[in-house]
Amino acid sequence: MKLTPRNSEKFARTVIWSAAFGVIGLLFFIMAYILIKGTPSLNWQFLTQSPSDMGRSGGIFSTVIGTLMVTAVAIVVATPLGVGTAFYLTEYTREGPVTRIIRFSAESLAGIPSIVYGLFGFIFFVMYLGLGWSVLSGGLTLAVMILPTIIRTSEEAILTVPRMYREVSFSLGGTRWQTISGVIFRAALPGIATGVILGIGRSIAETAAVILTAGSSLRMPTSLFSPARTMAVHFYILAREGISMERAYGTAALMIILILLINVGANVLVNKFVARGR
Amino acid sequence: MTKFREKIAQRGFMLVALSALSALALITIFIVAEGVPIIGKVGVLKFVFGMKWAPTQGYFGIFPMIVGSISVTLGAVILGVPIALCCAIFLAEYAPALMRNVLRPAIQMLAGIPSVVYGFWGLVFVVPAIRNYLGGPGLSILAGSIILAIMILPTVISISEVSLLALPPLYKEGALALGATQWQTIRRVLVPAAKSGIVAAIILGVGRAVGETMAVIMVLGNAVAMPSSILDPARTLTTNIGIEMGYASGEHQQALFATGIVLLIIIMILNSVAQFAFRRR
Amino acid sequence: MEQAEHAAKISVRNLSIYYGAKPALSGVTLDVPQNEVLAVFGPANSGTTTFLRALNRLCEIDHAVRIEGEVLLDGTSIYSPDVAVTEIRRKIGMVFEVPTPLPMSIFDNIAYGPRMNGTKSRGALDKAVEEALRMAALWDEVKDRLTDPAASLSGGQQQRLCIARVLAMKPQVILLDRSCSGLDPISTAKVEESLRQLAREFTIVIAPHNVQQAGRIADRVAFLLMGKLIEQGVTAQVFTNPTDKRTSDYIEGRFG
Repeated sequence: MKLTPRNSEKFARTVIWSAAFGVIGLLFFIMAYILIKGTPSLNWQFLTQSPSDMGRSGGIFSTVIGTLMVTAVAIVVATPLGVGTAFYLTEYTREGPVTRIIRFSAESLAGIPSIVYGLFGFIFFVMYLGLGWSVLSGGLTLAVMILPTIIRTSEEAILTVPRMYREVSFSLGGTRWQTISGVIFRAALPGIATGVILGIGRSIAETAAVILTAGSSLRMPTSLFSPARTMAVHFYILAREGISMERAYGTAALMIILILLINVGANVLVNKFVARGR
Repeated sequence: MTKFREKIAQRGFMLVALSALSALALITIFIVAEGVPIIGKVGVLKFVFGMKWAPTQGYFGIFPMIVGSISVTLGAVILGVPIALCCAIFLAEYAPALMRNVLRPAIQMLAGIPSVVYGFWGLVFVVPAIRNYLGGPGLSILAGSIILAIMILPTVISISEVSLLALPPLYKEGALALGATQWQTIRRVLVPAAKSGIVAAIILGVGRAVGETMAVIMVLGNAVAMPSSILDPARTLTTNIGIEMGYASGEHQQALFATGIVLLIIIMILNSVAQFAFRRR
Repeated sequence: MEQAEHAAKISVRNLSIYYGAKPALSGVTLDVPQNEVLAVFGPANSGTTTFLRALNRLCEIDHAVRIEGEVLLDGTSIYSPDVAVTEIRRKIGMVFEVPTPLPMSIFDNIAYGPRMNGTKSRGALDKAVEEALRMAALWDEVKDRLTDPAASLSGGQQQRLCIARVLAMKPQVILLDRSCSGLDPISTAKVEESLRQLAREFTIVIAPHNVQQAGRIADRVAFLLMGKLIEQGVTAQVFTNPTDKRTSDYIEGRFG
């Protein structure tokens, strides 16, 4: 077959379309595999009973609670810090050395491997601050991990708010803080919420950082200082040790479903509210 | 009264904005503080290039892990980048709106799947496949590369796509007006023009691969010896920490922190190069 | 000269404004008489927008600006360090070129300013909103839909909303920067009619989007060219008998 432009065009198209379909197919394959093997385990008992016998029997209730608590700490800490940083960068300063340093820090934080976050969380929160293996240690470590994401999405959201809103507010005698709290925050809220939702998804999925900071105790966490095992950690331990494949798949299926819901939710937010502002 | 509140708001925001910098500083300080003593004791060269890792016997050479990391990452790039570029080109140039609305969320979802799930899936599918068709224990560098290739797809695709979309439409229109086919335009004009962005995407993908732990820990086999082929099991810098941190103490633990320092340095270098490449576009 | 009729509400003395090295205004000296409509006109980039924004200190939000000279409101300089800029902006309100309703209901748009100013009680806000909308000749059209989003109004209605928004602050001066440029002739006529009524209570400075508008509604006019004040005076006089050739050239359309 001659290498004419038409032929290479056809060939290229075939390859490229195959790659796209391949990626979509891969996603479906992985998800379907986990969901098919895992959803049969997802009954009410599984979700509300705690693990027993090191996870060989029982459900995953304590790990669900563990995940919720750790994620909640992470979001409660990271959101104000991240959104506040984004507002500072966009509203209170011009581009200059200060903003560059802050952005550099955020981008660097985004690239640090999760296992290194685990090391940091261990040596700083667990040991140095004496918090021990706990929901608090795990949540605070995750907070630092998701901080860059929240800063980035919040900043993007704030930048899409039309400049004129600020001029209108100032011309009516508004101060910077009044303008932020009166107009800009509410206008940027959908985009900010999207970032927070994605941060939640990240927290649910994280394993390496959590296992070194929140521990792996199967007991139901009763306070911020209790050790806790999250679903991701539980899944890892079940799978690695071969303790119970059935329960491993069930845990994975639950995680996948949650993350799917989160992604769909974030997309709905973006399509419904963020596109509008223009 | 409002002036006072205004001052407080400004100071408050400024304090909050320093959180990212403080976090970075804390991480660097504590990791370095914990890891430097052992590097000082063993010596930088012996640590980085030492061939034997047996902490209980006093051997702290991480070179086999470095080789493991490099091999796995290289494999991931070779397997993953071409597919990622095809998808990026697809999204930027060929995809009808319907396909875009399917592929983009799919990539987002791929990015959201927990790495442990990828690792497990690799353990259940990829490892036996390698063992049956290619030999060896199955737990191997190849398995790790395949899993990591899938995991870096979202990163490389999204940044490459952005770079392609950012090109002035003039480039494409000019080429097409001269009679080039779509593929010719892409190959000869658009991709070269988006080169720095694509390079940045690949570098960030490399960074992601180097930093990944849980996905590879289950498929890599965790042999401490220096691997000699892609079918051999191995350890990476990250899986080394992941496996041993659970029971390490004293100097052993310090050595794992020292490995963390090495990872930090690698990531910093990769990030800086990627930033540089990204800014040039 | 009829200037003795109305005292100067705003006195501008030798005002020069620099964005970076370039002067946007050079040595402008001008009085804005009380309860009159003053139109400040000129070709693009003459400094008309800069001039307006200097009157309510909105030029300061572009960081790299240098201001020389004086602007006095009722005899006190608005740029002196112990003056609160928010106070000035409440007294001197501005309506912009593009109608910019805030992303909230009609009621909340009008109430936005008073709320920031400290008015909290529902009764007081209701009263302020109704007064403002009546003065802007918009009340009858929206009184049954105050909770509708402001974006649901037509272009002309939105601009009158913006005027009402300013009026709710009970200002002393209203600045309008080409505020009718996007509007159809009927909406423009409605806005201009409201302005004529408002001039009885407020001092109005307008940068018209064309010279004819100045002719229709202004008591006095000032012609700016490349940041300098070329000529000023009573509208009829400047238009029929300008003293500077450049003024007559611009009015007659020989350049622009």
